[in-house]
Amino acid sequence: MCLNVDGIHKKHNRELIVAKDISFTIKKGELGALIGPSGCGKTTLLRMIAGFETPDQGTISINGQQVFGPGKNIAAENRGTGMVFQDYALFPHLSVIENIGFGPAKRKKKDLDKLISLTGLTGSENKYPHELSGGQQQRVALARALAPKPALLLMDEPFSNLDISLRERLSEEVRYILREFGTTGLLVTHNQHEAFAMADKTGVMKDGILIQWDSGDNLYYHPATKEVAGFVGEGSFILGDISPSGEIVTPMGSFESKSPGLNTHPDPVTLFIRPEDIFVDHKSDTKALLVKSHFRGPGRLHTFELPSGEQFICTDTCPSPLELDKWYGISICNRRVSLFNNNQTH
Amino acid sequence: MTTSIKHQGGFIVSAGIAGVILSPVLFILISGISAEPDIWLHLKQYVLPGLLKNTAFLVTGVICTTACLGVSLAWLTSFYEFSGRRYFEKLLLFPLAIPAYVMAFIYTGLLDFSGPVRTFLRAHTPELGAFFPEIRSGWGAVLVISLAIFPYVYLMASSGFRSMSRSMVEASQSLGGGRLFTLLRVTLPMARPWIFGGLILVFMETLADFGAVSVFNYDTFTTGVYKAWYGFFSVNAASQLASILVIIVLLIFATESYFRKKQQFYNRGSQQQIQRQTLNGMPHILASAFCTGVFLISFAIPVGQLLVWAIEAFEVEFSTHYGKLVTNTLFLGLMGTAVTISVAVILAYSGRLMKDMKTGAVAKLALSGYALPGTVLAVGIVNVVAGVDKNLLGALNVLGIPISGNILQSSLVLLPLCYMIRFLTAGYNPVFSNMTRITPSIDEAANLMKISGIKLFSKIHLPLIRRGITTGSILVLVEIIKEMPVTLMLRPFGWDTLAVKVFELTSEGEWERAALPAITLVLAGMIPVMLLSFIGRNKERNKK
Repeated sequence: MCLNVDGIHKKHNRELIVAKDISFTIKKGELGALIGPSGCGKTTLLRMIAGFETPDQGTISINGQQVFGPGKNIAAENRGTGMVFQDYALFPHLSVIENIGFGPAKRKKKDLDKLISLTGLTGSENKYPHELSGGQQQRVALARALAPKPALLLMDEPFSNLDISLRERLSEEVRYILREFGTTGLLVTHNQHEAFAMADKTGVMKDGILIQWDSGDNLYYHPATKEVAGFVGEGSFILGDISPSGEIVTPMGSFESKSPGLNTHPDPVTLFIRPEDIFVDHKSDTKALLVKSHFRGPGRLHTFELPSGEQFICTDTCPSPLELDKWYGISICNRRVSLFNNNQTH
Repeated sequence: MTTSIKHQGGFIVSAGIAGVILSPVLFILISGISAEPDIWLHLKQYVLPGLLKNTAFLVTGVICTTACLGVSLAWLTSFYEFSGRRYFEKLLLFPLAIPAYVMAFIYTGLLDFSGPVRTFLRAHTPELGAFFPEIRSGWGAVLVISLAIFPYVYLMASSGFRSMSRSMVEASQSLGGGRLFTLLRVTLPMARPWIFGGLILVFMETLADFGAVSVFNYDTFTTGVYKAWYGFFSVNAASQLASILVIIVLLIFATESYFRKKQQFYNRGSQQQIQRQTLNGMPHILASAFCTGVFLISFAIPVGQLLVWAIEAFEVEFSTHYGKLVTNTLFLGLMGTAVTISVAVILAYSGRLMKDMKTGAVAKLALSGYALPGTVLAVGIVNVVAGVDKNLLGALNVLGIPISGNILQSSLVLLPLCYMIRFLTAGYNPVFSNMTRITPSIDEAANLMKISGIKLFSKIHLPLIRRGITTGSILVLVEIIKEMPVTLMLRPFGWDTLAVKVFELTSEGEWERAALPAITLVLAGMIPVMLLSFIGRNKERNKK
């Protein structure tokens, strides 16, 4: 285990909870990501791991060595973590090569040259940060953070100041470079596509709680809670009941669920269905009215309304165009429907 | 077509103003080049070496002292939390209200051989009293001038430290940098453009100081120019000394704009500020004690002493004579302010009409007058008048237009002109910053409503820059009230102002009698200091 966070708890000004009993691990050489709405505490968590903020409880270990725990708080400069800041925090009074070589420990020239060429900064060594483009500044920030060969690289919204096309290209490059160095990393981002593209494991946070720490696939198809389901990707929540025979009865029709937790919740439930799992099926008895249809490039996003008034979205690519204000039969691929108990607290 | 004429007009007006402002410098340089060899030789042999040595000592001493004081105070109040920190932040600006020549005579009065401190020491510990250093020396001048102007460095260093983003310090930490390493390699180097900017201001002020060194009888370039003027009655000798000073000033001026440009790269705005670390125990006591000590020595004790003297001499001094001093001061001040602010508005307006490099550069030149020491400016303007008198008016007389040079030489014309040259920046900056808020789309919106020309100016632009005009006027007025050498050298006969009176009384050693006019100057000086700390507070509040 490279990073082990266990039971981290923190309150701001003794009131606002910014971290509540957070635990997760990242394996050596893997990249983790934290996503969540702004103010959910993901950046604070990153800063606590880096040593810039102090948790109230819990332990943090990096490479098997405890850096924070009861009676122990190793200073940020001695934790062996590298950090890429949202504003890059390049030293304006130092050149590119001086920035990358910054630190009390002497860096080997060979290592610096390798970093420079790997990050595509050859030729810019003697420029100053204000002479570089945003993308180049980002590369310098990455190279600088990697130069001391940190056991763990922390990245705080590293791509948020870049435009979309550059962001995608750079995130791929960064992934490649990290693998090249075998660096373990943790990324904070508000962009879930970025997290899924880069990370092996992603955590969804809300109100200081790490709701789910899982692979991108699992977050998408097996969200642990309604919050995760609603935050990751798109989809529709539909209310339903479970009949004594074990069937789920919803306004979209009744069907059997393969959800293993089903029988323990004989209560009203909520179904969560991804838009790509709903099909227009003329043979189906369940009818819905097409109320909205947006063009989206690769397809259209349709919004249907059920006779009960509930709405859902669907991205079915029908061969023939659908017309607004008409009723269509619909069916669901129930293999990937998620099921939540309504009494669930989060 | 019409717009291009209007824009050319903007450039021509700016260039005209710059021409008037730079004319004293030009005339001084010309007279420096065309120097009479024997005067030059005399100066070089007997006067220059001493002046150079003294000036260099003074400037070096003041720069080192203000750097230590200003940077350490800014560092403490920007990065640490200790009792009184919030108040010290503002209180440490207060010394700016005391003109250096006032500070000088207070400390001379206090620490002189016959002053209270040394009398006390002689009576109680004679050994210590005998070894007490002489205040009327180079060291004394360094100390007193530093106390009066260290807030420039403090203010600039503070804004340098506070513009630094939290992530800079954290980046250094994450790369293995400890506290001392981070301070030496990141915090201080990043504040360097601001610190150097403050030190350059200190350099200029020290070079221009005339009053304080006069009190100490310590001869520098400025007193040299004054003595050549009054002692030898030689405008030429004065001009030649002044030309050397002008060259030094030009060099510093060039470096200043270099550092100002650098500040832009370093400051990237709107980031997380560094959080203040709370001090405990011994460091806490030391930090509070240090700030208290500096405030006492640089403001509380001098002002207290002034009050004591002023009360002692109040009945004698608060006479019709005092009233006359105040009205003279206000009359000259208001006249100078009116001229300065009008020129400032015209210059800012021309800059708005024509936003190109050429006009911008010319406007910058027009604002360079603040760097000119008062004595140099006075000598320069007399040179200009003499030159105009000889060439232009002579030609006009030949053409049959009888204009006497006496009109131009009349001090009541020259003084406001000099004030304008020296203090245009103080009036221009607030007006200009208001003017930048009037975007071109405001004009276009007004044009759509059929408002243009004079009506556009009076109905829309003027109300929008009114605050800037008010602030600028206050700043300029206070500067003029505190101004001494130019007024001393060019005032009409019998027109004593408060500042001139303080100078005359202190050169006779009449500390008590100088106290009442001096405290009036300090009170006036508090107005811009209050504005400064008020604006600072508002900015902080807006951020939240």
